[in-house]
Amino acid sequence: MKVAIIQFPGSNCDFDTLHVLNKVMNVKANLVWHKSDDLRDYDAVILPGGFSYGDRLRAGIIAAYSPVMKEVRRMAKDGYPILGICNGFQILIESGLLPGALLRNSSLKFICKWVNLSVISNKAIFTHKIKKNNLLRMPIAHNEGRYFIEEDDLKELYKRDQIVLKYADEYGKINGRSNPNGSIDNIAGICNDEGNVFGLMPHPERASEKLLSPFDSDDGKMIFSSMIEYVKER
Amino acid sequence: MVALNSILVELTEDEIKEAKRMLGREPNNLELAMIDAEWSEHCSYKSSKPVLKQLPTKGPRVIIGPGYDAGVVDVGDGYVVTLHIESHNHPSAIDPYGGAATGIGGVLRDILCMGTRPIALLDSLRFGNIEESTHSRWLFKHVVRGISDYGNCVGVPTVAGEVEFDDCFERNCLVDVVCLGLGKIKDLVLAEAKYPNDSVILVGGSTGRDGIHGVTFASRVLTEKSDEERSAVQIPDPFMKKLIIEATLEAIATGHVRGLKDLGGGGLTCGLSEMADKGGCGIDLELSRVHLREKDISPIEIMISESQERMVFIIEQGYEKEVCEIFDKYELPYSIIGKVTDSGKLIVKMNGSELASLPAKVVANAPIIYRKAVEPDYIKKIRIVEKPSLPSNLSSVLLKMLSCPSIASKSWVYEQYDHEVGVRTVVKPGQGDASVLRLPNGTFLAIKADGNSKHCYIDPYNGSAGCLSEACRNLVSVGAEPLAFVDHLQFGNPGNPEVFWTFKESVRGLADYSKAIGLPCIGGKVSFYNEDKVKNMAIKPSPVIAAIGRIEKQEWITTMNFKHYGNHIVILGETKPEMGGSEYYEYIHGLTGGIAPRIDFDKEKATMHAVLDAIRKGLVKAVHDVSKGGIAVALAEMCISGGIGASVDCSKIPAHDLRIDELLFSETHSRFIIETDDASIDEFLSIMKKASIAYNIIGKVGGDTLKFNKNKEELISIPLSDLKDSWLNSIPKCMGENE
Repeated sequence: MKVAIIQFPGSNCDFDTLHVLNKVMNVKANLVWHKSDDLRDYDAVILPGGFSYGDRLRAGIIAAYSPVMKEVRRMAKDGYPILGICNGFQILIESGLLPGALLRNSSLKFICKWVNLSVISNKAIFTHKIKKNNLLRMPIAHNEGRYFIEEDDLKELYKRDQIVLKYADEYGKINGRSNPNGSIDNIAGICNDEGNVFGLMPHPERASEKLLSPFDSDDGKMIFSSMIEYVKER
Repeated sequence: MVALNSILVELTEDEIKEAKRMLGREPNNLELAMIDAEWSEHCSYKSSKPVLKQLPTKGPRVIIGPGYDAGVVDVGDGYVVTLHIESHNHPSAIDPYGGAATGIGGVLRDILCMGTRPIALLDSLRFGNIEESTHSRWLFKHVVRGISDYGNCVGVPTVAGEVEFDDCFERNCLVDVVCLGLGKIKDLVLAEAKYPNDSVILVGGSTGRDGIHGVTFASRVLTEKSDEERSAVQIPDPFMKKLIIEATLEAIATGHVRGLKDLGGGGLTCGLSEMADKGGCGIDLELSRVHLREKDISPIEIMISESQERMVFIIEQGYEKEVCEIFDKYELPYSIIGKVTDSGKLIVKMNGSELASLPAKVVANAPIIYRKAVEPDYIKKIRIVEKPSLPSNLSSVLLKMLSCPSIASKSWVYEQYDHEVGVRTVVKPGQGDASVLRLPNGTFLAIKADGNSKHCYIDPYNGSAGCLSEACRNLVSVGAEPLAFVDHLQFGNPGNPEVFWTFKESVRGLADYSKAIGLPCIGGKVSFYNEDKVKNMAIKPSPVIAAIGRIEKQEWITTMNFKHYGNHIVILGETKPEMGGSEYYEYIHGLTGGIAPRIDFDKEKATMHAVLDAIRKGLVKAVHDVSKGGIAVALAEMCISGGIGASVDCSKIPAHDLRIDELLFSETHSRFIIETDDASIDEFLSIMKKASIAYNIIGKVGGDTLKFNKNKEELISIPLSDLKDSWLNSIPKCMGENE
């Protein structure tokens, strides 16, 4: 299998994601410049974190109109796994592949810290191998990560099991204290109705090696291995 | 300031005479403006050069020392790291957000133009009293936000730093930025134009009026009018910088980049003449080719503009197209602005007609100024102070110390910085005394920045040596062997003999320490004129040190949090009544004076070696160096980060006849607190014994309270939750964010 990691001008977690796929997950992956219009060689796509176009206008919106996104849309429609991390999540939302909006953190400050994530759904290809209510430790690092969606649409997300990850405390409790950015219902990651397009604000690629974790954990790997197993079984 | 033929220059009458002598004729206006930039204190180091010569610059791993954009150190297996420090003090004082952001931009380019990828940033910040001054809170908030917005966007993690608060920084805040780069020896590029006919290509931002006279602005004191000089502050663009980083590294990979220089202070004038001078060549420059931001900009303005995000590439003749295709890919503006020549001159033309012709060597030959140095009166007076009376409730004193903004947790700051991007940060902010990054060859690099202007004010010699000592101890605490350092020396007006004396003493202290320890200085900066006329106040002498160390094996990496119930707590080093400049005297008693900590170089060296030896033998569970706030604060920090208490018997602390507050809060150097377990304690102690340093077991880890006894008498007893509350919430509270 082969994974495309899309590089937009201003992406900055592209090399990190490549490192984890190649060296930690032992999977083939390539960096693909955003002007590419052909992803037919690839089995999955990752939109990495960073500041595409310097967050000008609004985080993710300019990248959403990059030439490569036409191909990403096609692959999304054809059921390929599409993962958006942080700025990648913002791009998925701006391109209409996922619902809702990502607003400025309620603290009005950039936040970089490790959080606990409770797995709410394993409908997503990226969590289908992880048990519900498992706690995953990963860092967040964002300025615009406050997930918001209108109430009716939120109900729809619940109904269709599209809420994948929620911010929790170290015991798994989901409450205001464990909400780092003011996201509605502590939402940290959602998927589309088909489960193949998944976006999350936390960084699994920064949480895939025990050496880099303050908790000696490598929970981020579970996101990637779920994706890899899905592609292999497909 | 001299007004000459209608342009303003900062050159003195003598300097203008010297310029005439070097040229053998009258310089024209453009040439005069160029010489003015080249000979500013900021670019020429004309006051500091003779003093800086004392610093040792050679070491077994040093590849390039001072004199280039960054120092280069060999870290093995063909890899190098580069290190540089910059400040943006004046710009940040009037535009904290833009000033701090562009400061990062500058230091990133210094690392990049050596041919290395920037992999980490550190920030050393100094502000006035944020508990009382709205202005200082405003500066603090926006400087941190500027660093956050720029550093995060450009994708370089901010992994460490330090913040100090003191009234003397009320208007002149200090904003130091350190950058670390990583690359391969074979890819190193120098800022040289060596081969005639090579092309000179200007890449990145367009040239505009921002940053005009930035260097001369930085070489003056701040006045009421400084706020009107906002045009001297450049406009930051981290997105452009990110593209420049990627494009530059791709261009270097082609093998056709023969010289590379960032345009910072002094703009095209300084950048091009330095390259020509270092390469022993000349450069012919055609101004009409420079891509501009605005139309009616004059040749003088183009030549001295400090517009951000610009790099000059020297490209091997015939390969311009190949390299420019990379700039096209990133949609970066560029223009081929000239050619390298063998004339030895920087010749500036506009549409073919010559406007200026200056020997390239002018830039390196600013007339040296030998400044007068006189010991300030205050130095002798301030050493003798009456001991303050002993507070009755030491528990409340310790809690207050923990909430002192210079001591309290800086998580409010570092949580606004992305310290993880790059997937290299092994020991993160708040986990250890220094940050630790993994390198591609399986080894690790530790890095830390330190300063202490309170010590340096009372005793510039020992205070400055102490900053370097603290940086080294912090490296040792995480298991690293110190490799090299850079310094940034920040003082008031060098024309004041008393200020210049403190500068000389400071450099002497750094030189003596680094020679004794065997630690080379691989670069640095000098920033004078940090005073403001409004309050007639100069800053306290403020050298800031950034040091790097090497950790060969992963298992040697050590953190500061207490680990296990029942483990032993050992202190290394004797505690002395050196209370001058301590946070205890200053923050608790409002007292500035006394004897500042001094360093015994032999003891310092022996202690650091012994700690490293014990770490490498696997005998150590946690290490924390003793610095601001003394033993009591160091122990509290180890408890808070470990989430576990401790009990300590103060009568066991090696010292001669100290009062209890001195024992707890003295900031004597060369001390470490170590956690070790039953299985390791004997071997650990025998290493310390062999090293002939003072040491003792002072207590045990455990419980949920931090207790200090003296013999049987309980002196301090504070629940962990109270320690945490004081330490963690102090800065958010100051900033009006009560939780």
